[in-house]
Amino acid sequence: MSVISMEKDVEGLTLTLVAEFDAPIERVWELWADPRLLERWWGPPTYPATVEDHDLRPGGRIRYHMTGREGDRHHAWMEVVSVDRPRALRVREGFADESGVPLDGMPVGTMDVTFAEAGGRTRMELRYAFDSREDMERLVEMGMPEGIRQAVGQIDALLAEPVSS
Amino acid sequence: MVVSPVPPADADLDRELDELFHALADATRRDILRRSVDGELSVSRLADAYPMSFAAVQKHVAVLERAGLVTKARTGREVLVRTDPDAVARAREALDRLELAWRGRVDRMAEVLAADRTTPRRGRDA
Repeated sequence: MSVISMEKDVEGLTLTLVAEFDAPIERVWELWADPRLLERWWGPPTYPATVEDHDLRPGGRIRYHMTGREGDRHHAWMEVVSVDRPRALRVREGFADESGVPLDGMPVGTMDVTFAEAGGRTRMELRYAFDSREDMERLVEMGMPEGIRQAVGQIDALLAEPVSS
Repeated sequence: MVVSPVPPADADLDRELDELFHALADATRRDILRRSVDGELSVSRLADAYPMSFAAVQKHVAVLERAGLVTKARTGREVLVRTDPDAVARAREALDRLELAWRGRVDRMAEVLAADRTTPRRGRDA
């Protein structure tokens, strides 16, 4: 089993996972640093990822899209905050329009990834934090089928109205 | 984190949607939702607010409950109505979804590493 531990902090809105791979640190780093390798694991088989731009330097951008079975494309962006090859990586990420411009009102989060090698095996620790509770909520809504999302939108709107007297 | 955007539709979803929209289509039920945000009102206290019978209000609450819009909690002799979904449940769902996405990713990372071990990539750094 590659996943060693998985912690979910509901109050802090973070997910922390530790995984261990039977490979040297450079190989695990390459999974992130090589766009062709990144494509092989980022998206699930039902939503494979295609990396369009990949600039793994501080301030650099990674643009990609995921393609659904109906040919539907979902674009996303990452912004590289810091890189310490091959030990650490911090990126912010979110959803984008077709030209890679971050979409307003879509969830944004930050990933901190660290790598450490011991005895030919590499431990990867990843901490994902939503920017805010609103970002977290938006992710939940996005995963909802469209009809449910509309209904939830209605609920939010009506809960914001004053109670009739 | 970008996860699979939309799960596939199914028959359950249609039924769920019917119940949701039906529940929301009534002014009294929408009002009950608003009043129950704090979860401090019992069905009988709610009933006092409307010119209708206790049984009629109880029915409205049952419709909302079936649609997953409110939950009921018994405290002593009272049944308190609370509007869902509450923030903690949503946070948990978001993190559950991230967990699922990342478990898949870690598995695929291990597969890619294993595949590359048996067929080494050539000449990349040469």
